[in-house]
Amino acid sequence: MNKQNKNRVVITGIGIVCPLGNSVAEMWDNILNCRNGIDTNTIFDASTFPTQFCAEVKNFDLTKYTKNPELHKNSNRHSGFAVGATAEACRQAKIDFENPTPKDSIDRKRMGIYLGAGEGSVDNENFFNAIVAGWNDANSQMDWNKWAQVAFGKMTAYRELEQEPNMPAAHIAMCTGARGPVRSCLTACAASTQAVGEAFKILQSGRADCIIAGGAHSMIHPLGVTGFNRLTALSTRNDSPQTASRPFTTSRDGFVIGEGAAILILETLESAKKRGVEILAELIGYGSSNDAFRVTDMHEEARGAVQAISSAIRDAGLTYKDIDYVSTHGTSTNENDAIETLAIKTVFKEEAKNTPVSSVKSMLGHLIGAAGAAELITCVLAIRDNILPPTINYNDPDPNLDLDYVPNKPRKAKVDIALDESFGFGGQNNVVIVKRYKN
Amino acid sequence: MTVDYPVITGLGAITPLGLHYQDLWSALCEGRSGIEPITAFDASGFTCQIAGQAPEFKIRDYVPKAMRKTTKLMSRDIELSVVAADEAFKDAGLTTKAFDEQNVSINPQRTAIILGAGLISCDLIELAPAVAKSITDGKFDIKKWGADGITQLTPLWLLKYLPNMLACHVGIIHDIQGPSNTITCAEAAGQIAIGEAAQIIARGDADMALAGGGEAKVNPIVHLRQCLNKRATAESNDNPEKACRPFDADAAGSVFGEAAACTIMETVENAKKRNAKIYAQIAGLGQSCSINSKYECLEPDGKGIQYAIEAAMDEAGIKPEQLDLIIPHGTGIACDDIAEATAIRNALGDAADKIPVLPTKSIVSNTGSAAGAVDVIAACCAIRDGIIPAAKNCENINENCKLNIVRQQIKKNINYVLCCSYTYGGQTAAVILKKYE
Repeated sequence: MNKQNKNRVVITGIGIVCPLGNSVAEMWDNILNCRNGIDTNTIFDASTFPTQFCAEVKNFDLTKYTKNPELHKNSNRHSGFAVGATAEACRQAKIDFENPTPKDSIDRKRMGIYLGAGEGSVDNENFFNAIVAGWNDANSQMDWNKWAQVAFGKMTAYRELEQEPNMPAAHIAMCTGARGPVRSCLTACAASTQAVGEAFKILQSGRADCIIAGGAHSMIHPLGVTGFNRLTALSTRNDSPQTASRPFTTSRDGFVIGEGAAILILETLESAKKRGVEILAELIGYGSSNDAFRVTDMHEEARGAVQAISSAIRDAGLTYKDIDYVSTHGTSTNENDAIETLAIKTVFKEEAKNTPVSSVKSMLGHLIGAAGAAELITCVLAIRDNILPPTINYNDPDPNLDLDYVPNKPRKAKVDIALDESFGFGGQNNVVIVKRYKN
Repeated sequence: MTVDYPVITGLGAITPLGLHYQDLWSALCEGRSGIEPITAFDASGFTCQIAGQAPEFKIRDYVPKAMRKTTKLMSRDIELSVVAADEAFKDAGLTTKAFDEQNVSINPQRTAIILGAGLISCDLIELAPAVAKSITDGKFDIKKWGADGITQLTPLWLLKYLPNMLACHVGIIHDIQGPSNTITCAEAAGQIAIGEAAQIIARGDADMALAGGGEAKVNPIVHLRQCLNKRATAESNDNPEKACRPFDADAAGSVFGEAAACTIMETVENAKKRNAKIYAQIAGLGQSCSINSKYECLEPDGKGIQYAIEAAMDEAGIKPEQLDLIIPHGTGIACDDIAEATAIRNALGDAADKIPVLPTKSIVSNTGSAAGAVDVIAACCAIRDGIIPAAKNCENINENCKLNIVRQQIKKNINYVLCCSYTYGGQTAAVILKKYE
């Protein structure tokens, strides 16, 4: 492919359903006022779990977003969130959301979807009770016949089908009629950054004119919290949920599990201009790498993270000196915050301490697969408003982590270029770069 | 648009037909089915009691000594992928860190890994002792689970079941540090992964890639899902070999199975430099979406598949008559087979009267995220040998499937092969391979 002939790619719509609100405006207002969306878990009874709090989406009403709620009635939480966030993003980008004969002049064969989306929750009560019915603890044997009696009797086809990670993309396709490249990926906590990055590359290459990209995930279910609790990855600060997510501090003790969906409408510049829609920012760089180190730990020298950040900067045709702001992965786990700081120092060299970096997870919690796209939306807003979102709960700085984390309150600053980092379990590293749009 | 797509230089597959991709190809050529009564668990309480099960293997044989501890963190899906990746690198004549740390012949940072993976279901027998500690009055009690149940699970329990762990384990074993993605588009995932890897190489972000897919569908909860939504046939429990009948008038549903299939792709320049044998080159890729409010099946006219095929044909820059073989998704679910046949006809026109069509699932079973990659491997072998095997269980073609299903083995020079796949939920993919000359 002729590398000189790549399309420019811009962002023309953003939408979010997240613990800080069910619209971009609400989320951004909460962030600029340093509020956080973390509280006691009300999705299931976690009162005996090591971690009893989370960052939940509240007051979400799907009927406000879609004319056809029936189509989505069997869906998991995160598929509904995806539909809601897409509706908001499409409205801004002037894309006909549920019109069988759309008037937005985007050819549906040239419209794609790329989501970093998670799996849905198992059908908890029936799932566990089928095991209760089949298991003989005395001889440690499963009677699959007894199990199957309960499973076939209680579980339903749609409830099971909807757990598949490709279903949020299916629901978005039903609403928008997108017929171009439609994909779903799941690279743990780096998934939606990867989805945006790969969508950017598809648009650059001319295989589509517009891609609905982002993520949707909720792991706030018994097996999800169980898994992260066993990994000791979650904060257990049950007496103070609001201060539990405290990235880059000495007392950080794990991340706070969140949920939501974040969607960006990506479009070739040509398509956006032709349609005369407002351009929010330009996407200019993407890098992806694999630690190839351990499934349990990040590479000690941040090898994979450094490679992903460097290749994104190179892809954008920039140097580290050009980056005005870094939206970190910043999970508030001991390991991530230390290794991520090392990665930034390695790439940004003498500029590391002069480059503001912050973690909006201190307020949003960790949206897992949807985290990167949600954070990218905050980057777009940081550029729009020339303001840096803060890292809140930053009250006892870790002396070994000495970057400018934009502590505790937002800061006015010229932001033209922002870099968004996401790192996932197993060594998945993805980075994208956005820039203020100039003709 | 002309794209510098990579060539395929290595193949690896573990399927119900055997531990090697050559076993898969031999079985396709001989019409030997890999579908049999389920032995992985007692399936007598299930509507469908048959599946395609992979042969036994020892995962330790595929993992370097220093990393053997990690095998404890491998679910079946991960194990299958590790086995297939091992064969693919060896078949390509490449030396990775796993084989000889001193003489590595790949550039780790310029090698990508893109795999399709499914919704990995947890091992219920592993969960059961923890559930047993969480019962009040004969019912599951989440309070007890939180207090006493969860501590029964091994601390790293979750890591066995994250879909990206297929690529992570393979990446660690072979030291693959470049772009890494896990495509979760169910039965279309394998071909979407292969397509994405080809695009990553074409755009210059890697010189080489391991791409394919893996999924273990012979697991009680995964199997239950296919039974509940009636995609798995309940008609042929006593006659497994005849159960899966793609495009046949007596089709009664699909049969599911387990497999992993991997390809090595690299730039033409790279392959030539190291004198690699070349199976085929990617010629065109297409992707779309089937939209149906009844999203467990395809839209009746198969528009999504049609668009994917048209896009791939457009990229390949060929006329329908130039296709020598089509390997369709062909599940044996009648309504989906009709939709796919309609799509193929609408995309290719009257040329579809003549192009041989070879469905593989009657022999391999439907291996989910691996399925599309299995078919790409079959296409590579067909090109290599100049053989199109006869289709199995398609004796009496459904009158609504107007396709030229291969009745008898054909020997001919094969230049272009079209593979396509789709899944419930809508994602579709088409891949066109061409003989490299």
